[in-house]
Amino acid sequence: MISSVWTQVPAPPVPPGAPAEGFKAPGVEDFNIPPIFEGVPVLEWFDKPAIQMIIAALIVYGFFALATKKPSIVPGRLQFLAEKFQGVVRDQIARDNIGPEFRRYVPYLVALFAFILVNNVFGIFPFIQFPTFSHPGMAYALAMVTWVIYNYVGIRKQGFGGYVKLQTWPPGVPWAVRIVLTPIEFISNFILRPVTLSLRLFGNMLAGHLLLLVFIFGGEYMLTVADSLVLNILSPFAFLFAIVMTFFEAFIQVVQAYIFTILTASYIGASLADEH
Amino acid sequence: MVQGSLNMVGYGLSAVGPGIGVGIVFAAFINGVARQPEARGQLQTIAFIGFALSEALAIIGLVLAFAI
Repeated sequence: MISSVWTQVPAPPVPPGAPAEGFKAPGVEDFNIPPIFEGVPVLEWFDKPAIQMIIAALIVYGFFALATKKPSIVPGRLQFLAEKFQGVVRDQIARDNIGPEFRRYVPYLVALFAFILVNNVFGIFPFIQFPTFSHPGMAYALAMVTWVIYNYVGIRKQGFGGYVKLQTWPPGVPWAVRIVLTPIEFISNFILRPVTLSLRLFGNMLAGHLLLLVFIFGGEYMLTVADSLVLNILSPFAFLFAIVMTFFEAFIQVVQAYIFTILTASYIGASLADEH
Repeated sequence: MVQGSLNMVGYGLSAVGPGIGVGIVFAAFINGVARQPEARGQLQTIAFIGFALSEALAIIGLVLAFAI
């Protein structure tokens, strides 16, 4: 039921005199996109979100390659945009959260922010209209990359024992509290961090897209299928709300990309922190 | 006839807590900026981290409402 170029499934024709069946609210099953290469052995995994992800990577790479192809001291329009983007990530995200060694992690953070942003904006982009990260597998993969990076830099800086101690052994805590606190810190820092990181992105994209589906399909039902005149007249309000919610979604998509990046930076910063 | 899962009612109830939490986070952020406008950049970072952490509960609730 998700409308797009790749997934348009022709609806069965409804005879005009047929009794209208009840409205079926859109649910999670609307996110199961039929595969493109059905039955082809190697390409079976290659569905719409995978294609979107590749397109997003190409867009991000192409934008930054084009913007920095001929760098000049007085930047052109494209170069200015790329520099501004990099500057925001470097100054507001990396420097504030990581500390003095922030410079090495700026490329990863810039790429992460841009990649998530493009993938999220696909959710309201005409003819694509499907947020890639509303499939949880995509978000898990992204969170795993962050998980590996912050654990790796922590272990390299502090040593394995020192790193585990830093994450689970906060200083100045009475021993009775430690019995409870250390397992909680361990679970929270090593297991729950990637889980919440990915579920937050996935859940926001899923919920936002579901909201748009409810308003649009609800409005369509009220306009075309419903028998009552009142519902027909009220249906433009559903579409109006769908438009308002689309703008709200755009805001949420930017905020989620920002939050994913900022949390990655803050986890890296926590791994690198010196003991106080 | 309305059909649906009772999970969604539970999720709606459980979203109250994170809603209050997010409200408190941004109220504190606005207070801080009003008292000290030049600290806005630093406060914004902290506010968004706090927002993300309290929102995580709502999001996990949403996922569980669909999953279980």
